[in-house]
Amino acid sequence: MADRTLPKKGLTFMSTTSTGPLWRIRIHPKRHELDAHAAAVLHDIHELGLSHVSRVVSGRLFLIQGDIAEPDINRVADELLVDPITEVGHITPVSQYTDEPPSQQHAIIEVHLKGGVMDPVAASTLSAIRDMGIDAETLEAATARIYELHDVAAQEELEFIARRLLYNDCIEEVYLSGFGRHDPLPNQLPVAPERPFELRSVAIRDLDDNALTKLSREGHLFLSTEEMRVIRDHYRDLQRDPTDLELETLAQTWSEHCVHKTLKSAVRYRGVPFPACSPITQNKVDPETVEVQYDNLLKETIAQATHELIESGRVDWCLSVFEDNAGVIVLDEQYGLAFKVETHNHPSAIEPYGGAATGIGGVIRDVMGCGLGAKPIANTDVFCVGRPDFPMDLLPKGVLHPRRILKGIVAGVRDYGNRMGIPTLNGAVQFDNRYLGNPLVFCGCLGLIPRRCIEKAPRTGDLIVVIGGRTGRDGIHGATFSSAELTDTHADEFSHAVQIGNAITEKQALDVMMRARDYPDGCLYTATTDCGAGGLSSAIGEMGAKLGATVDLDKVPLKYAGLRYDEIWISEAQERMVLSVPPGNLDIFQKICQAENIEATVLGTFRDDGRLVLRYQGQTVGEINTTFLHDGIPRTRKEAVWQPSAVSAGTQEASENPVERLLGKLAELNTASKEWIIRQYDHEVQGGSVIKPLIGPGQGPSDGAVIRPHLDKPAGVALANGLCSDQAEQDPYWMAVAGIDEAVRNIVCVGGNPDRTAILDNFCWGNCEDPQTMGGLVRSCQGCHDAALAYGTPFISGKDSLNNEFALDPADSQRLAERIRLYNNRIRIPETLLISAISVIDEVSRCITMDAKRPNADPTSFYLVTLQAERWQDVNLVEAAALHRSVAQLIHTGHVLAAHDAGHDGWLTALAEMAFAGCCGIDVALVERGPFAPLTSAYILQVTKPAESALTSLAGNGVVVYRIGVSTSNMKLTMKDDDGNSLEIGIGELDKAWRSSLAW
Amino acid sequence: MSTVKVLILRTAGTNCDEETAYAWELAGAETRRVHIRELTERPALLAEYSILTIPGGFSYGDDISAGRILAVQLIHYLSDALREFVEAGKLVLGICNGFQVLIKAGLLPRARGTNGTRACMTLTQNDSARFEDRWIHLRSGGRANAFLPPDRILTMPIAHGEGKLVAADRATLDRVIAGGHAALTYCDAQGHPGGYPVNPNGSEGHIAGLIDDTGRILGLMPHPERHIHATQHPQWTRRKADLGDGRLLFETAMQSAQSL
Repeated sequence: MADRTLPKKGLTFMSTTSTGPLWRIRIHPKRHELDAHAAAVLHDIHELGLSHVSRVVSGRLFLIQGDIAEPDINRVADELLVDPITEVGHITPVSQYTDEPPSQQHAIIEVHLKGGVMDPVAASTLSAIRDMGIDAETLEAATARIYELHDVAAQEELEFIARRLLYNDCIEEVYLSGFGRHDPLPNQLPVAPERPFELRSVAIRDLDDNALTKLSREGHLFLSTEEMRVIRDHYRDLQRDPTDLELETLAQTWSEHCVHKTLKSAVRYRGVPFPACSPITQNKVDPETVEVQYDNLLKETIAQATHELIESGRVDWCLSVFEDNAGVIVLDEQYGLAFKVETHNHPSAIEPYGGAATGIGGVIRDVMGCGLGAKPIANTDVFCVGRPDFPMDLLPKGVLHPRRILKGIVAGVRDYGNRMGIPTLNGAVQFDNRYLGNPLVFCGCLGLIPRRCIEKAPRTGDLIVVIGGRTGRDGIHGATFSSAELTDTHADEFSHAVQIGNAITEKQALDVMMRARDYPDGCLYTATTDCGAGGLSSAIGEMGAKLGATVDLDKVPLKYAGLRYDEIWISEAQERMVLSVPPGNLDIFQKICQAENIEATVLGTFRDDGRLVLRYQGQTVGEINTTFLHDGIPRTRKEAVWQPSAVSAGTQEASENPVERLLGKLAELNTASKEWIIRQYDHEVQGGSVIKPLIGPGQGPSDGAVIRPHLDKPAGVALANGLCSDQAEQDPYWMAVAGIDEAVRNIVCVGGNPDRTAILDNFCWGNCEDPQTMGGLVRSCQGCHDAALAYGTPFISGKDSLNNEFALDPADSQRLAERIRLYNNRIRIPETLLISAISVIDEVSRCITMDAKRPNADPTSFYLVTLQAERWQDVNLVEAAALHRSVAQLIHTGHVLAAHDAGHDGWLTALAEMAFAGCCGIDVALVERGPFAPLTSAYILQVTKPAESALTSLAGNGVVVYRIGVSTSNMKLTMKDDDGNSLEIGIGELDKAWRSSLAW
Repeated sequence: MSTVKVLILRTAGTNCDEETAYAWELAGAETRRVHIRELTERPALLAEYSILTIPGGFSYGDDISAGRILAVQLIHYLSDALREFVEAGKLVLGICNGFQVLIKAGLLPRARGTNGTRACMTLTQNDSARFEDRWIHLRSGGRANAFLPPDRILTMPIAHGEGKLVAADRATLDRVIAGGHAALTYCDAQGHPGGYPVNPNGSEGHIAGLIDDTGRILGLMPHPERHIHATQHPQWTRRKADLGDGRLLFETAMQSAQSL
């Protein structure tokens, strides 16, 4: 092979002024029926209500600039870019390109990436041109998309289609042609602006509170006035001003995103008492009010439960909790399981595809950066979005339509997870219009880690090595941006915070790390972490928290010229890992990187004096004491109150026909099939999936997933989640309990072990400066503590995303007030707590599924097993914990044919899901618990005849058992209503109702 | 029995290499996963192996089109070594992305009457215009080959976005089918062809896998390595089966390779 220089990762700025012409290679499908992409776009256009648009032709554009001879550009087109069977290509030098205005019949929309946005295809193209033996030294490339639209009615309509469907202003440029509008196309690729080096400092020492606040806001630092004061005083002591870089580093490190200052704050809670079952000490203020003081909310609730479980000996399988990038539990004697769930909400609101893709990319890196590196083996994703039927004309300014958001985030998670080769096995979607301005994107990753690789620590003298992608201006201020509230102008102000990922680079980094970690003579590095929020500033700052470090910022490999030193330091450009490599291991480490075609660069060394020294072109541009950096942040004190709000009793539906109601329930968005999402994810890659998301011959919804981490061993891991934001208005305490209970139920339903179940918390909340919002957070944390302790399910890691509020343009708030409850012209998300659970299963062959079975065609019975308490606030946690344990034991005996969570939407809905999943008829017995009555913890179990007595003996101690059905061979759900009339419905109709709402 | 050595070729974005190696090893093979960079630096390495497998994944991110860039690399760096490998009677297997690479490198279908140096078929975007993961049924057939006995109905998953097989024209498709190159076709559980989702991507002639003239180069979109164990089947809790259908392919190929 010729000596390959590494491709410049995702270059869209030209690094030099190129002399050659710009070539346009336009490629489109030969035949209309091969243009599946265009058909999908036309479908979306029709859904916008523009059914008169008759045809779309889609095309790809490659723009190549530099010294390349015409025969070579023809070869590139013929042999590399155009598929001769399905496509035709047109090559034109831009100088000769006469883009005549199109005919009246059709219009053209051309979408280019903005300069500086990651363009992986362009980078791959240049690399492949080199492979073809063509000199590509001076070449630059970019890619674009082109759409030809037929029978658009007017220019405004063309602009509307482009804006709503085809481009995103925040990362793309659009060129329209038609109806007299004829945007001139660029005649060369964008050139990055050069900026000379200039050291800047910020005069902070004389600023008063007002000026400090202004500096924080205008500099996008998002620090409180008190924090700004502490920084000012620190530099007064040092008798100098901070450099801009130092101030940025402090802002990143002290951001809500990085230090979770709200959850770790000292809190005084005054409000309604906690339930009597809670072990918390409450001081009674008056009969309806108690006061509780927390010194550190997180430490005294969520983390406390874990420590109590470990100290009491109830849990002896936690290996690393709340310390590393992910929590780690025991899988077997050699291996641990690392688990982490993150949110990527703000970026996904303004660029759903890139935001969600980099969300999953980021959490995968968290797992890769856990200990000395865990290997990712499964992904999970949970989305909360507005309802897809939200009227387009009511959409507030600055908000993308929920349908577009959901399609974009699904595509982002799909492309990143699938390309990384990690199965996406478990997830959920919650629809609620209060997520309109703040969609939530939870991305989770499970990793497998040798137990000997859990500990890590850099040593003085170790080299700081960065591997993976290059650094660009993308993702500047991501950590601070994600800590702020969104407004209608955010998409413009923070477009630089959005990034486009390149999963292949991350996969290469993973390949390198696994080889270096498992090197025969021992791991080649002493510690690692990922570049996430805050970029190198966080990664190196964290790794060097004890030792300090010297970093030469001019050594960081860049995507394009012109980055300032502070941009290099805080850029959140994706797909980068930082490792501490002892000097003696550097050669062999670099050889591995070369063999995998990935860049590795030494940026500096770890010190021994606790100073973080940053240099650029030989000059010191920042010097920070790591103790001040990591411990200097003033402790936050929060006031929390909580009083129940007047909860609307919910409209009691008229006692209509249960069959009609059942069909309605199945079609309700939050229950309906998510198949169009699930099938876009590879849930089979790595070969380990045992219980998949769609189950049975009728492909019904599985409660959880199970994978086998080692193909040659019988052990498995169950994954599930619980999300009960619908309980938040009642009481966030019980919302937390219900979420944990749901996650545990889902684990039990697939054969998981509640005594080997670990959980994660992800809080997405509104603005906690509001004491009532903070009060909800406190109650929820206390609920987490109490349930985790009662159930024996330790929290091992967690994350929070606050300020999920959207400040509306005043003109919009009036129109929206009728549909969504607003708080001071803001849409506030419902308090949302995602509980993610993993459970170790000794033998996957003991797992079960939710589809109803018909063994030997003998009728078998279905039982509802639930708590006597009909409302969560009446639940006894000890009884609930016992219920899960006894159901799990019954399943372990092998006599349960099918198990399904019945805690949502009433038991008849869950029973119907079992019926169509198993293509099995059921004769339903209506019992005293109404078929759609809200239940707390509830299972439906189908059991063999011999197990019936064991099952009915579960009744008592707060548990009730009802026989609710028996299997039949007639493919129908049959029942008698209150008046004794026979009702029936075909399994096929149930299936259709469940499947049609979201069949996108 | 002599040891059969399998070279599993990987590059940036390959992601099914480990489970593919496992499937080969269960069938008794000795495997090594080799990065394209190592192989292009020393093409002679290939001659040490009896079977070359290009596993699934997203080589180079499917940038430009699925399999294209790795195909260009095979053509430009390894065409001599590959020709000698095939002429020596050895086997080549491409799964999913590996099939996309083989077809785009012109190594499949290599049917008589088609121009061997120029691709006459391709794999393009699914009719649904998106990536899909689902379990499907396949019928084996076509000319006698080293990988599968004829007329078996097998079940295994597909997981791809660009798996629709398209021929340059009708005559090419007819010639390929008549020549017995359609080694695997999508079918229902009873073995009959059908529309979506029986044929999950809209492939012409329902073709899921192609075999070349020699019967020793096979490419297929479905993943046999993902159905090795009974518990990988989506309905294993209601079936009685010990092994997965995918084993048949690896075991048959091992027998063929041992008789080399």
